[in-house]
Amino acid sequence: MRLRLVPQETNINFFRARKVTFGASMVLMVLSLVAWFAMGLNFGIDFRGGTTIRTESTQEVDVAAYRDALAPLELGDVAISEVFDPTFDADQHVAMLRIQAQEGEESAGNEMVANVEAALKGLDESIRFTSVESVGPKVSGELVQSAVLAVLAALGAIMVYIWLRFEWQFSLGAVVALFHDVLLTIGLFAVLQIRFDLATIAALLTIVGYSINDTVVIFDRVRENLIKYKKMALQDVMNLSVNETLSRTVMTSGTTLIALIALLVLGGDVIRGFVFAITWGVVVGTYSSVYVAKNVVLMLGTKRDWSKPSDGPGGTQFSTSDA
Amino acid sequence: MLQITFFNRLVIWLLVAAGLLAAMPNAFYSRVESHNDAVAAIEATGATPELEADAATWPGLLPNNLVNLGLDLRGGAHLLGRVRVEEVYAERMTAMWPEVRDALRDERATIGTIRRVDGPEDQLQVRIQNADQMASAMETVRGLARQVVSLSYPGATDIEVSANGDVLVVQLSEAERELSDQRTVQQSLEIIRRRVDEVGTREPTIQRQGSDRIIIQVPGIGSAQELKDLIGTTAKLTFHPVVQRVSSPDADASGRTITLPSADPSEEGVYYVLEESPVVSGEELVDAQPDFDQNGQPAVNFRFNASGARKFGDYTAENVGSPFAIVLDGEVISAPVIRQHIPGGTGIISGNFSVQESSDLAVLLRAGALPAGMDFLQERTIGPELGADSIRAGAIACLVAFAAVLVFMALSYGLFGIFANIALLINVGLIFGLLSTIGATLTLPGIAGIVLTIGMAVDANVLVFERIREELKTAKGPSRAISLGYEKALSAIIDANITTFITAAILFVLGSGPVRGFSVTLALGIITSVFTAIYVTRLLIVTWFERARPKTIEV
Repeated sequence: MRLRLVPQETNINFFRARKVTFGASMVLMVLSLVAWFAMGLNFGIDFRGGTTIRTESTQEVDVAAYRDALAPLELGDVAISEVFDPTFDADQHVAMLRIQAQEGEESAGNEMVANVEAALKGLDESIRFTSVESVGPKVSGELVQSAVLAVLAALGAIMVYIWLRFEWQFSLGAVVALFHDVLLTIGLFAVLQIRFDLATIAALLTIVGYSINDTVVIFDRVRENLIKYKKMALQDVMNLSVNETLSRTVMTSGTTLIALIALLVLGGDVIRGFVFAITWGVVVGTYSSVYVAKNVVLMLGTKRDWSKPSDGPGGTQFSTSDA
Repeated sequence: MLQITFFNRLVIWLLVAAGLLAAMPNAFYSRVESHNDAVAAIEATGATPELEADAATWPGLLPNNLVNLGLDLRGGAHLLGRVRVEEVYAERMTAMWPEVRDALRDERATIGTIRRVDGPEDQLQVRIQNADQMASAMETVRGLARQVVSLSYPGATDIEVSANGDVLVVQLSEAERELSDQRTVQQSLEIIRRRVDEVGTREPTIQRQGSDRIIIQVPGIGSAQELKDLIGTTAKLTFHPVVQRVSSPDADASGRTITLPSADPSEEGVYYVLEESPVVSGEELVDAQPDFDQNGQPAVNFRFNASGARKFGDYTAENVGSPFAIVLDGEVISAPVIRQHIPGGTGIISGNFSVQESSDLAVLLRAGALPAGMDFLQERTIGPELGADSIRAGAIACLVAFAAVLVFMALSYGLFGIFANIALLINVGLIFGLLSTIGATLTLPGIAGIVLTIGMAVDANVLVFERIREELKTAKGPSRAISLGYEKALSAIIDANITTFITAAILFVLGSGPVRGFSVTLALGIITSVFTAIYVTRLLIVTWFERARPKTIEV
């Protein structure tokens, strides 16, 4: 007996609620932008400079006591949070301290770290410092720059590739979908105030990679069906293509999500933010390839008959030289 | 499509076998690691029975490349440092002053008296009495310039001489600055490497990044602070003539002098006024060993190279009876009075050292001075327990993810799903094989990359199987359906994977540290999963099909 998540024959009209779904996507994109600018991202030290110290103790973490112990050091903005994780032992209590970049220092001072460690040791004998990380303000600026550059470069390279392999309408559709995924992820990070660091940028790029993968598979089928059913309306061709590939979409997203959820639950708290971003991206990416990318292509229309120059906006002809 | 030649089959299986063989040492990580360490130790210091026994735990014929575990998995320290390359400019100018002074002195008849005046650190400014003779003074100083070999500045010399009223300005030329930066960073890299190697840690990474930065990663070291103490101590050794001994840092005598504190705890509050230009510097030192002085106190003996020995010999011969300061990192370690001419270029530094301090000092002197100081822009310490926790969590997550995907595939596609699962197992083996072979470093995000690959590797197989299902509906017979399935799924597989590969490549180029680690596993995962999906599963299916000759198939 086969496990079937999707019936053998589906005939779902994905465009029935196209105004609602596409509209909702647009609204969410705007909301993400608003959240991004209004609430701001909870930048990690990669981007802001400063020091994070991870402590581990056999005693319960008392955030207030930690704060009191550090108060005399006058470190400015110190964020202390306790970390909970199902993979921890019963007597394993972990806290993360984030200390802002100290004035006039390239890298967070060693003296400062030593003082913090001494102060906390005085409070709790069993405390250990399992990781200490400092980023100087100079580097963090460069990191922001290169991160933004990386995302833009990835989008650009993908746009060119899709344009060559398909047509410019598809390329535009794919990139709009990618922007959608990236924006929605940033929006979620802003709303939930999850720490946004270099790993998050890596996650964003992975989302870009995954989402484009998904979009391309469907576009590939659309391209094939456009050649096969020359007379069928574009909307119907697209619906048919999504239905034909639906089983594959669900299978792949399903297996990827299974793997990611295992990592999310069991992979430890160090990479949780990273994995969370990718997991969310897989969900959004799957949605956007069906509901955003194709809608854009549908709006733009595409050339169907290459023998007639007047038939819709043209593109490159690489796409018809079937792979 | 269903005909695969014998030769192709052979190549596919050989590739799989080679990949799995390369991956195998990772299954016996600690054994292979101790074998490798023992082999390296035997090469370096000769064999002992213990080392021989360790080396014998792993057969020498088998591959012994392991996946490097990143700092986040193993624990250790990471530093990103910037070399203050501009410090060298100032030093060069100071060192140049005696030469310029001597050259201009010979022209005193025409240009009059000369005096060095204060200016920016990287310039040498000399006021001359007869400003109308500036052109000839400039000519004289230009005569001291040397040609530099530089591709971007053909025919350039190392200094630029200009005039500003009655002040002659000497500074390093653009070409020389560039070359000087190159040398400074290169030298710093070399010295840091030697110092880190002295501690005998495994697989340190010391890399240049950009024009003036150095990344240092040392697994297994306790903290970034320890690493900084090790490499950050400049150990800049110089020998200066002493002008006078004073009790305040402000009691500077006139002229080109520097006032430095004494390092000796018993001489609290004592300062020495020294001539700024050193007689000899530590760069000319060839050896330093811990030793004991004539009073049986711990000391360090040292030896100069030929030119250092000559300078040292000449100076001691001319200045018997004057004190002479030994300066280390801006502190006067001791200022003994020269009792006699020291001709052989060897000497002894005695101060108030403990035995440990004298041997540390000897190590630092031997490893040479960093040509310039360093600022640390980024530092990271990861405790070994955290690394062990991360490995454990990552491994469990991988196993669970793996098992779930295997079950899911088998349930969804039956026998074909099992073929895909075999390919998936081979796939992960190949990733580890490639990682070991190219010596890439596995980081925590790298593990996430592998997990993601597991999820996505299935995609290519799913694309094919779904396609075969579709082709079966049109009932052209199983053999035709399988071959059409592969044929038609190919373009989607290629397009989808190339786009993901593009992101991985961009991540690799623009990313650093963990991001890069992730991009490497992602990119390798794409390559191996395309290979296993297109070739290995197909070969499995074809082999099965030839044996079973089924009339109908169910996918």
